Amino acid sequence: MKPAPFEYVVAQDAADAVASLARFGDEAKVLAGGQSLVPMLALRLARPAALVDINRCRDLEGLDDSNGALTVGALARQRDLERWARSRSPLFRDVLASVAHAPIRNRGTVVGSLVHADPASELPALLLCLDGSVTARSAQGERVVRADQLYLAPLTTSLAPAELATRARFILPPEDAGWGFAEVARRHGDFALVGCITVLALDGAGSVSHARLGFFGVGATPVRSAVGEAVLTGREPTEVRRAEAAKAAAGALSPDGDLHASAEYRRKVAAVLAERVLAAALGRCQRPR
Amino acid sequence: MKRAVAITVNGVAHALEVDVRSTLAEFLREGLDLTGTHVGCEHGVCGACTVLLNGEPVRACLMLAVQADGHEVRTIEGVAPSPDELHPLQEAFRAKHGLQCGYCTPGIIMSACAFLEEEPAPSEEGIREMLAGHLCRCTGYHFIVEAITEASRTLAARGKA
Repeated sequence: MKPAPFEYVVAQDAADAVASLARFGDEAKVLAGGQSLVPMLALRLARPAALVDINRCRDLEGLDDSNGALTVGALARQRDLERWARSRSPLFRDVLASVAHAPIRNRGTVVGSLVHADPASELPALLLCLDGSVTARSAQGERVVRADQLYLAPLTTSLAPAELATRARFILPPEDAGWGFAEVARRHGDFALVGCITVLALDGAGSVSHARLGFFGVGATPVRSAVGEAVLTGREPTEVRRAEAAKAAAGALSPDGDLHASAEYRRKVAAVLAERVLAAALGRCQRPR
Repeated sequence: MKRAVAITVNGVAHALEVDVRSTLAEFLREGLDLTGTHVGCEHGVCGACTVLLNGEPVRACLMLAVQADGHEVRTIEGVAPSPDELHPLQEAFRAKHGLQCGYCTPGIIMSACAFLEEEPAPSEEGIREMLAGHLCRCTGYHFIVEAITEASRTLAARGKA
């Protein structure tokens, strides 16, 4: 047994989980899929006094796709989302195929990945690009935290220790929008060195009416590129303009260098990936008639 | 801290007390003496400990034994139809030299069992993508791909028969 001793609490429903979290103050961790938490326990990078296991909370299950939004309960596995995506969203399908491997996705939850906030993981960047949010519940009540206010630092969100992320909401792109996703990783399923996601929609005149350009693996948190999006919005996404947007976006990033890739390499690759995903997205755009 | 659990492993119900800190891999190996589930990295990277939980492959090192309470687990020991008959995947690994030291093999077979159920006629690319979740330091993967392809054909032929 590798983890430091902890008290193990099985929550029966979300209210029970929240009550347990309140009882332990900031000493408890929520155990959902455990695909990041259990290794951290084994390496003793995390030494919580208690684990609150939410896997029996039926009210945290489920995945609902209605009114242009996808709501994912805290217990929906990444594999559940993958199965939904096969028929509903090639963007989600492509993104999920790069999230670890099938045995990890079978256990790992979508919401868990979102609030674990690894800066190199795909789903937080997708939440940002799809104007998403996470609902947090505590003994005091519920609040909705927008993706752009969620990520503070590596593995750090704006949620309080006694708050339970009960669900996440992604606003699905308009039907006629195009999308692009690409990442560079050492091996398939590894954390990305650099990754990029985009969503583009065009108006009747062929100008960009909606642009999202997000990156991950390039700093402390996933980022949306305001400058890159501004270059494109309201204008025709010609090859020159896409290159300009990609260059501006990559130039505004401040990636860290590490054992696997230098900061300079990451910035360079970010520009290349941005150009590629923008071209792919444009090719998938359907212009409204 | 200990807790009583009831876990069905390879069709046999087990009721045991486990330390809440033990992983499912430790429960299988040390509690039930089912040492066919190999433990490599113990943090989810290598895939050696992969078992089926309610039919789906999971890392036994990334799950606490207490979390498997009430669930059904299948390990490499439960794959062969009888003591003197191998599963088509096991047979194909032997025939195609899909293993050398054998350390990674049980995990790969468990993943492949679930994979072939979902994709009975997989492409080589699909097999390689599935194998990305498993580290093998001996074979170079080539013969593993061949073995899984062969097993998919055997299973398909049986399905038709």
